[in-house]
Amino acid sequence: MITVSGLRKAYGDVVALDGVDLHVGKGEVFGVLGRSGAGKSTLLRCVNLLERPDEGVVNVDGRELTALGAADLRRARQRIGMIHQHFALLSSRTVAGNVAFPLEVMGVGRAARARRVAEMLDLVGLADRAGAYPAQLSGGQKQRVGIARALAAEPSVLLSDEATSALDPATTQSILALLRRLNRELGLTILLITHEMDVIKAVCDSAAIMSDGRIAEAGPIPELLATPGSRLAAELFPLPPAEPGAVTVALGTDPTLLSRLARTRDVDVAVAAGAVEQVAGVPAGRLRLRITGAGAAAALAELRGRGLLVEEDA
Amino acid sequence: MTWSEMSPLLWEATGQTAVMVGWSTLFTVLFGLPLGVCLAGTDRGGLFPAPAVRRVLGLVVNVGRSLPFIVLMIAVIPVTRVLTGTTIGTAAAVVPLTIGAVPFFARLVETALREVGRDVVQAAEAMGAGRVTIVARVLLPEALPGLVAGLTVTVVTLISYSAMAGVIGGGGLGDLAVRYGYQRFETTLMVVTVVVLVVVVQLAQTLGDAVARRLSHR
Ligand SMILES: Nc1ncnc2c1ncn2[C@@H]1O[C@H](COP(=O)(O)OP(=O)(O)O)[C@@H](O)[C@H]1O
Ligand SMILES: [Mg+2]
Repeated sequence: MITVSGLRKAYGDVVALDGVDLHVGKGEVFGVLGRSGAGKSTLLRCVNLLERPDEGVVNVDGRELTALGAADLRRARQRIGMIHQHFALLSSRTVAGNVAFPLEVMGVGRAARARRVAEMLDLVGLADRAGAYPAQLSGGQKQRVGIARALAAEPSVLLSDEATSALDPATTQSILALLRRLNRELGLTILLITHEMDVIKAVCDSAAIMSDGRIAEAGPIPELLATPGSRLAAELFPLPPAEPGAVTVALGTDPTLLSRLARTRDVDVAVAAGAVEQVAGVPAGRLRLRITGAGAAAALAELRGRGLLVEEDA
Repeated sequence: MTWSEMSPLLWEATGQTAVMVGWSTLFTVLFGLPLGVCLAGTDRGGLFPAPAVRRVLGLVVNVGRSLPFIVLMIAVIPVTRVLTGTTIGTAAAVVPLTIGAVPFFARLVETALREVGRDVVQAAEAMGAGRVTIVARVLLPEALPGLVAGLTVTVVTLISYSAMAGVIGGGGLGDLAVRYGYQRFETTLMVVTVVVLVVVVQLAQTLGDAVARRLSHR
């Protein structure tokens, strides 16, 4: 759905993007994690060409945006929703007026606009605040308006620039849950950037870690968890330092694997440490295990064969 | 001088001031608003950056603003003649008043537009809005309270400029104070005129503040 390749962007001496390749599949929630100044916002703003990259190609929904003229680019942007850290709502317009804005830009008629605005406000649970001004809303409500506005034109893609960074933890969770629901119900593809690990864990199917303008690592989260030496896995699911006689195992997708292993290979499995959480609704993480008994070697071989053995006997 | 003698003089002068200030306000908005949009838009981070254009506009505006109004009024007499066919009277005074106020108002418009957050403009760009749409539907509506505040200051300035219009026969309250109060030692009329001027300015400011507050949803 989104493919960028070879993106470079420099501001004077500062290289914000230093050769970035990224692919986001249809219906995927993709999170880019990185410290402040890593180039995340620049990357996101290159996807809808708010920022023109010095080099590289941007493809969204089968169109090469970097090859479009100004008018075509404007039309293409109407199909790419964006939400912002500080909401970027029009203070002079009501909630309904803000959601109507992208429809006005597209030239949608008054009646169709009103219908769509009502639908969108229902979707984000703000139907009763249609006549309020942004200044009268809480942060969470403002971001809901931002989301309704971003989705009013039925985009195929939603870009999110630190959409929850200005919100408190409880509100953050409710906004993330909303994004996840929209992803499921509308099949919306979401590319979000954040400096918060928890955001990635809460909603993302795939993730990338960015530093100094480069993507250091990227992939579906279960795969990253099963990748030895993965920096992203270690950041998302930190375990205490390795210890002799213990192995580190990714949880994988089979929830009964360990108990079956204990039964079929005749081993004892003891958990020494673990980091397991719900990621996008399913348990994911890593366990540090001590596997002992006659079949220990065979059990390890099976785990290795399944690609779940991340770290052996350190 | 009795009240019944002063009254018609005051009414006539107030009417002349209203005509001069009213028309010149209208023309100031007509020319100053687009000029302010150009000043803000042509800046480096603006909607349609054009440093060379901006430098020229900035220079013209600064020259206009640095001329004392009384000098400007005399200096533009040839222009006034071309535009109105005469160089004296209330209508003729509208020309220098407008020329004097346009650069002033344009700067205030520029400032008000700058106050609009960059993120809001970019959000509109991200939604596929073009520049005209952004100016008409984002910048101007978002800046409206600031624009009204700027207009209020401009009107008050125009009232004070219009007091000098007596020099070219424009009449008005200022002229009345000078001709009767100063030249004929009618101190009472002078004081009354000053009071009327203060009240008019106060009314304009209060009204402007109320409208700006009403329009602001921040
Ligand atoms: N418009 C700009 N002008 C100059 N430097 C910029 C601009 N935007 C970003 N940068 C620089 O590029 C780098 C990456 O910035 P950014 O993409 O905002 O990082 P992040 O979103 O990860 O915090 C930073 O060093 C920042 O200072
Ligand atoms: Mg950023």
